[in-house]
Amino acid sequence: MTQTILFSGIDEPGLNTIDVYRRRGGYESLRRVLTQMTPEQVTDELIASGLRGRGGAGFPSGKKISFIPKVNVDKYLVCNADESEPGTFKDRELMQKSPHMLIEGIVIGAFAAGANRSFIYIRGEYVEQADIIDAAILEAQDAGFLGEDILGSGFDLSLVLHRGAGAYICGEETGLLDSLEGKRGNPRLKPPFPANQGLYQGPTVINNVETLATMPHIIRMGGAEYAKIGTESSTGTKLVSVSGNVRRPGNYEIELGVSSREIIYGLAGGPPPGRDVKFWFPGGSSSPVLTKDDLDLAYDFNTLAQAKSMLGSGAIIVVDDSNAVVDVALKLAKFYKHESCGKCTPCREGTRWTVSMLERVDSGLATPMDLDIMASVQEQIMGNCLCVLGDAMAMPVASMITKFRDEFEGHIEAARARNPWGPGAVAGGDADPVLIQGAVGA
Amino acid sequence: MIGRRKKRADTAELERPRTRVEAPTPEVTRDVARFEHGSRVPGWDDAVDLEKDPAVIPDPATTPVPAELRAEIEAQMAKYPDFRSAAIPALAAVQRHHGWCSPEAVWQAACVMRLTPGYLISVATFYDMLETRPVGRNRVYVCTNISCSLCGADELLARMKEETAGDPSFNVRGFECLGACDIAPMASVNDVYVGPMSLDDVPTLVTQIREGLPPLPNKQLIRRKSVDPNAASPGGGASA
Repeated sequence: MTQTILFSGIDEPGLNTIDVYRRRGGYESLRRVLTQMTPEQVTDELIASGLRGRGGAGFPSGKKISFIPKVNVDKYLVCNADESEPGTFKDRELMQKSPHMLIEGIVIGAFAAGANRSFIYIRGEYVEQADIIDAAILEAQDAGFLGEDILGSGFDLSLVLHRGAGAYICGEETGLLDSLEGKRGNPRLKPPFPANQGLYQGPTVINNVETLATMPHIIRMGGAEYAKIGTESSTGTKLVSVSGNVRRPGNYEIELGVSSREIIYGLAGGPPPGRDVKFWFPGGSSSPVLTKDDLDLAYDFNTLAQAKSMLGSGAIIVVDDSNAVVDVALKLAKFYKHESCGKCTPCREGTRWTVSMLERVDSGLATPMDLDIMASVQEQIMGNCLCVLGDAMAMPVASMITKFRDEFEGHIEAARARNPWGPGAVAGGDADPVLIQGAVGA
Repeated sequence: MIGRRKKRADTAELERPRTRVEAPTPEVTRDVARFEHGSRVPGWDDAVDLEKDPAVIPDPATTPVPAELRAEIEAQMAKYPDFRSAAIPALAAVQRHHGWCSPEAVWQAACVMRLTPGYLISVATFYDMLETRPVGRNRVYVCTNISCSLCGADELLARMKEETAGDPSFNVRGFECLGACDIAPMASVNDVYVGPMSLDDVPTLVTQIREGLPPLPNKQLIRRKSVDPNAASPGGGASA
């Protein structure tokens, strides 16, 4: 029996209103925190729970809050609701159906960090969800769970919903901060880390929606009790977004440590009839791919890291055997090329070159040596930029080239056989067809 | 428009005479002509007046701003410790008002926010949802990222474009992951998520958009129940 914490009764009608949420025991954890606990005790509970960030990096959340300096300056809490990692849609369902769970978590997290101003940065595409949260914030303010002197404890907190405008990079924490400050969403050099100098140069704690929404439950259950769920290094439950070639795509709440096969085949129904899993992304499109031989891996942070992949945001994308790996790699590389902010050269140029080379592979202009060049480009991106957007393309593409090299080579051969002179070429012509046909635009 | 640069008199001027095109209105962006291998076609910056002074903070006396737009932007600015945080909400507001971030719209936002238009243009060009050229008012974003394209999003986008071809009221574009892979292939129709869509839904959807009806009511994401079998059972007593 899987523990259901976040998704318990999630479809209850009206759960997005404060009345239904409170009838179900909502805001009781907040009351306990504000009336009976100190910020240190709350942080200790979070550390004891072993909760790791649900946004992608998997950093221990309690520890993150404990890094906030205990000085008397303006501190901030920012909830990262940008959720733009391809394949991820767990926060959307959570925010849409239970926005007060998130608000309660934000107040608890802000109390632990000593922050008096908080922001939710939601991606601009989530208009319906943003409207629901806006309404919920007003309700919470009227009920006295936000604003000045919350529940008579003397703790003040303002909460502002900030709508983005469509940029993947704003899900990166420092890019998000720049965007929230009204600039282009370019990532910043770290250190200084946001815990010391974040939003408006003040100490800032940034957490994912799911992480914050879990906090009220940790307070309710007790950190030690929560830590009993899941495995020793990956405690608790996790919302997993399963998509791609599966029969029942959607969000599932799982206990960390269950087998990946159980998620893909048991819950999501596996690939359509007659097809087989070719490879799958275990944690969003940024994670190195795993093949069907890896389906029995336990789904938790450490096991997937040992398999040279990652749990990431918990988004499983299943690709079945009717798809060519080159097509998926090209789609992926184009996405990262489009979303690269352009600040760091390895990422800006590396993503562009990867797209160009994959297009060569696809059109038959490439040779097997191009695969080695492509792999070396990926190596030169990794770890050489301010943020991990470049790595997010390099890791899966490099893993695809390693694991499916035969198919890449076969793809090149097949494309060359179809069109020996390359795309658009005139056989026997001596001019460079790419240059002549390539001039585009005004 | 992009910024000031000294003219490269020593190289460019010698090679070929430049003809300066008179731009009737200040354009926010301009597609740079490129060869297929990526380099810019010579002359790509002809439309940029490198000798013009940069735009300064617009004068309220010469930049009329509709009252409700001014109020909306000022309300956004008051929400943040630093008023510049309201750049995206302000641009979104002028875009709703004008249909796109036209020069007039950006100048109005800059006038209210007391920022240079250049600053706001730098923001507007960064974000996909801020349009820096005129577009149709009906936004249809078809997600073409991995999960959706595995389920046939590219065909859906092509069909959608075909169905709305020649209609200037439509802004149909392929979009990066919209965060709704559970309803792949999907589209965001004037901010309403619908899916999973089949090719047969396209004519119905286009008719509904033209008539101002809610798009595909049975396929709206907002009405979708959780697929998790455990979600309905314990705790909350949800029976729906």
